[in-house]
Amino acid sequence: MHPPFSMVFLTTLIGAGQGLFLALFTGQVFSQFKLLQAHDSQFFVIGTAISILLLCMGLFAAFFHLGRPERAWRSATRWKTSWLSREIIALPAALGAVALYGLAHFLGYTEPLMITAGGTQIDLTLLLGLLATIAVYLLFICTGMIYAGIKFLQEWHTPLTVINYILLGTASGFTIATALAAYFATEESSLVPFYATWAIIFTFLALITRSAALIRNRFFIKPKSDMRSAIGINHKNIKQIAQGSMGGSFNTREYFHGKSAGFVNTMKIVFLVMVFAIPLVLLVLTFNLSGLIIPLVAVAVQYLGLMVERWVFFADANHPQNLYYQQIS
Amino acid sequence: MTQLALVIDLNVCVGCHACVTSCKEWNTSGQAGPMVDQNAYGEDPTGTFFNRVQSFEIGTYPQTETVHFPKSCLHCEEPPCVPVCPTGASYKREQDGIVLVDYDKCIGCAYCSWACPYGAREMDAQQRVMKKCTLCVDRIYDEALPENERKPACVMSCPTSARLFGDVHDENSDVSKAIRERAGYQLMPEWGTKPANHYLPRRKTEITIHPDELERADNPLSKEERKQHNAPSSDPSLDDMTSW
Repeated sequence: MHPPFSMVFLTTLIGAGQGLFLALFTGQVFSQFKLLQAHDSQFFVIGTAISILLLCMGLFAAFFHLGRPERAWRSATRWKTSWLSREIIALPAALGAVALYGLAHFLGYTEPLMITAGGTQIDLTLLLGLLATIAVYLLFICTGMIYAGIKFLQEWHTPLTVINYILLGTASGFTIATALAAYFATEESSLVPFYATWAIIFTFLALITRSAALIRNRFFIKPKSDMRSAIGINHKNIKQIAQGSMGGSFNTREYFHGKSAGFVNTMKIVFLVMVFAIPLVLLVLTFNLSGLIIPLVAVAVQYLGLMVERWVFFADANHPQNLYYQQIS
Repeated sequence: MTQLALVIDLNVCVGCHACVTSCKEWNTSGQAGPMVDQNAYGEDPTGTFFNRVQSFEIGTYPQTETVHFPKSCLHCEEPPCVPVCPTGASYKREQDGIVLVDYDKCIGCAYCSWACPYGAREMDAQQRVMKKCTLCVDRIYDEALPENERKPACVMSCPTSARLFGDVHDENSDVSKAIRERAGYQLMPEWGTKPANHYLPRRKTEITIHPDELERADNPLSKEERKQHNAPSSDPSLDDMTSW
């Protein structure tokens, strides 16, 4: 597949936005259950604002993918059958839920609505956060299923695709939350170790599942279609001599990335280093070294790495239609 | 239930591209048009086509055969491109099984083309909507045309009659008979898309001729026979001379 840059931006930006919200809410739940010191309320307000900004930038990027963006509203109509349609609904829903959560923090609706037997205070922000968490996970599933749901792209047609979208998004969100915690850290209290620990856990889990997908695609996929089934002639030696046009077509532009296999392999190593290795080292360093620089560098390197990762995700997928477009003439 | 479809005979297709040009001509000026061309005379010409003829060389030289292979939308009975469309622009007609795109609803997201293993859909670079073969839906029902012209443009133009058009669900139709009797097959059956269009395979038409069929033992026109018959005879009747 030819990696569409709008989709690279969309999926990485909303993934980070969703992950950041999940990080904020995880922190709040830990605080509320008295497993962690209290957060500055500004932490949630600014964090949610960044999350919303990331989601909006993703949504903005998505419009560049459409030939007719002015008709985008129509795409919410076929949610019964189309994962793309479901994502179009889930994205504004998650955006709205996260915004409500941030608004509740901004307006200070933290008076406990009820107190559990254990003394835990349940307030409006917690309930809205729960709602937003569900919306965010639904969005993750929709985004992943857009790709995992196409059976023809065997590299994508696996539960690993959905799991990777969830884990990579969550990992990048927790890394951003680590940087945010570093920004709010004071001499007496710092939440950096808490967020850094979770960021390390999710980055490591994502490393395992993303590597599993790379290994699966490299060694365990047997293409279902070949030249014999493509043109229905049972001969092992079939060579294309003309594809019906001399100057390429939509089929050659949309489905071929035009880079060598060596380049794609190099990009795989680049993203493994940028998404996992460097951020893991930097996140470990934050336990001993305070300051904003280290987590900020981790955020930047990991995000750029995720863009490379998404590029590889597309470039790695082989569409069966390519069998008909092997040779120009 | 009617399922209109094309049956393409690879045994007689000569790869002349007449179907490609007549398809483009009809559809670019019809309901689906224009099918835009870009850099038509430039270095990198490209454009939208519903139908393309590809060529494949099969075998190892010198034992090779060239197969010309026209490829257009196969109007699948289980079209994978339809359920993925987020707007419902891509749909399959109940009444005749034609898969169509509503160009006024299409948002140009290209997701349907990702879900087509045959590469049958092409995004129009200028109109920025997805386009594909319509089986000339604006032609086959046009009552202003004489009845024998109510066929897709590609079928009308094929000089070798390699393209048949009809209802593959009607077991007595020409296309069903051709599929049944001439080993018609579908492309990429492994995906379960059940393409309605079928292809007829290459066939070897050979007859065995024995030497005695080339030379009749009792040929009345042979030199010997004629000599014998032309020899002066004592028979009085003219009939005996001219009977053969």
